[in-house]
Amino acid sequence: MKKVIITVVGKDTVGIIARVCTYLAERGINILDISQTIVGGYFNMMMVTDPTGATIPTAQIADELSQLGSEMGLSIRVMNEDIFNAMHRI
Amino acid sequence: MINILEAKETVDMIARENLDVRTITMGISLLDCIDSDLGRLCDNIYNKITSRAAKLVKTGEEISKEYGIPIVHKRISVTPIGLIGASACRTPDDFVQIARTLDKAAKKVGVNFLGGFSAIVSKGMTPAEENLIRSIPKALAETDVVCSSVNVGSTKTGIDMDAVRLLGEMVLQTAEYTKEQDSLGCAKLVIFCNAPDDNPFMAGAFHGVTEGDTVINVGVSGPGVVKTALQAVRGESFEVLCETIKKTAFKVTRVGQLVAKEASERLGVPFGIVDLSLAPTPAIGDSVADILQEIGVDYAGAPGTTAALALLNDQVKKGGVMASSYVGGLSGAFIPVSEDQGMIDAVNAGALHLEKLEAMTCVCSVGLDMIAIPGDTKASTISGIIADEMAIGMVNQKTTAVRLIPVIGKGVGDTVEFGGLLGHAPIMPVSSFGCERFVSRKGRIPAPIHSFKN
Repeated sequence: MKKVIITVVGKDTVGIIARVCTYLAERGINILDISQTIVGGYFNMMMVTDPTGATIPTAQIADELSQLGSEMGLSIRVMNEDIFNAMHRI
Repeated sequence: MINILEAKETVDMIARENLDVRTITMGISLLDCIDSDLGRLCDNIYNKITSRAAKLVKTGEEISKEYGIPIVHKRISVTPIGLIGASACRTPDDFVQIARTLDKAAKKVGVNFLGGFSAIVSKGMTPAEENLIRSIPKALAETDVVCSSVNVGSTKTGIDMDAVRLLGEMVLQTAEYTKEQDSLGCAKLVIFCNAPDDNPFMAGAFHGVTEGDTVINVGVSGPGVVKTALQAVRGESFEVLCETIKKTAFKVTRVGQLVAKEASERLGVPFGIVDLSLAPTPAIGDSVADILQEIGVDYAGAPGTTAALALLNDQVKKGGVMASSYVGGLSGAFIPVSEDQGMIDAVNAGALHLEKLEAMTCVCSVGLDMIAIPGDTKASTISGIIADEMAIGMVNQKTTAVRLIPVIGKGVGDTVEFGGLLGHAPIMPVSSFGCERFVSRKGRIPAPIHSFKN
């Protein structure tokens, strides 16, 4: 199954990773890698996840995480890894 | 493994710089629908379109969600109706009935536009094709999503001036028929020289006879992405400028290629081409004029604009060709006026005129596009403008097009509001000198010589 990349961008606050990770854990999505950085006070996080064991389809994850993001004042995007590979790898 | 900076670049392109897949266009051949009975022909057309494209919109939405890339439009292009209706249609009204059928089928499957109410008359018109052209004003007034195009010339055949003359009248009549909506009908009519068979962009999309039965073509766009990339190389040499445009075009085209492949697989329809066109929208920052300004002219239309546009168009093609083995359609930079806030600003500032736009079309990927002109412009003048633009395409072996909107009841100084992707535009002045004696000559302009290039 294709990996799914989750990006989180927004103002840094306490518990961002915790909430996103809890959400993913509850839906059976395995996190393979996390990297994060703060640029100009803005929190940037990228998670590489494996949705093989997910209990719901990717499109629904995208909707729900986007909703979770707006509750926390963050922009959360769920994208298939292929789009990054296509764009950045020859 | 993708690193966080690469991920951030991609996300920024989509979230802030308006990178989008403008359209997934399904090309559908209607050649096997042909019948001499108009009712049966319409039934065949409706059935073929609604069965072939039944899952198009849903699939587009699914891909958009899963990949996190906006897919703005889903569209259909069909075989030019001038051919399909030839044996069943005896009058222009018969063709209007086909237009209504196309509209109904497009709405049934939920696509945004359907192109192909078209005729290819580069050398001459059959009686059916002439009837189709005469039916365009009524067809566009009575339908919502049907788009029409007429190819009136090519480098190999010359220009059919009888069609050009007729279309000057039809453009005006289309404006008249839709005058309640600021002559919006004309935004759905484009006149071409050297029209490509596989263009996914409207209003000029049709499914050429060289194509297979069904095909998926994808149009990607991202003027904002190119502009943002260029902001980082202000003051650098032309080499750096060109490299930056190429790299950006490459990345954008790869997204199109990915979406096209995925759509083609899910729909079980062969993949045709990716068309990378910098197609602006009225959204702030999604502008080709802004790129020209970033390259270094104060406004689109200032001296240097044609050279800057030539460079931009060429680098976009070079980057795109590297990214996908099947680049096609129009691929390059579009310079519509009403759909591009930077162009509108340039017109309002007095920097951009119709004549400069014509010069720019010599090096852009299409032509005079979405230009509002006074409603009292004479048909012969419109034909003259069309002929000029077609001549540029014919001699330079490139696609050129004209989409003019004579806005009935409005003149220079007024503005028109088309809404949505079509935007708004100030009415631009047109030369008041006539060309009636030229346009009223019968016949065609011969094909140009292909040697002695000077």
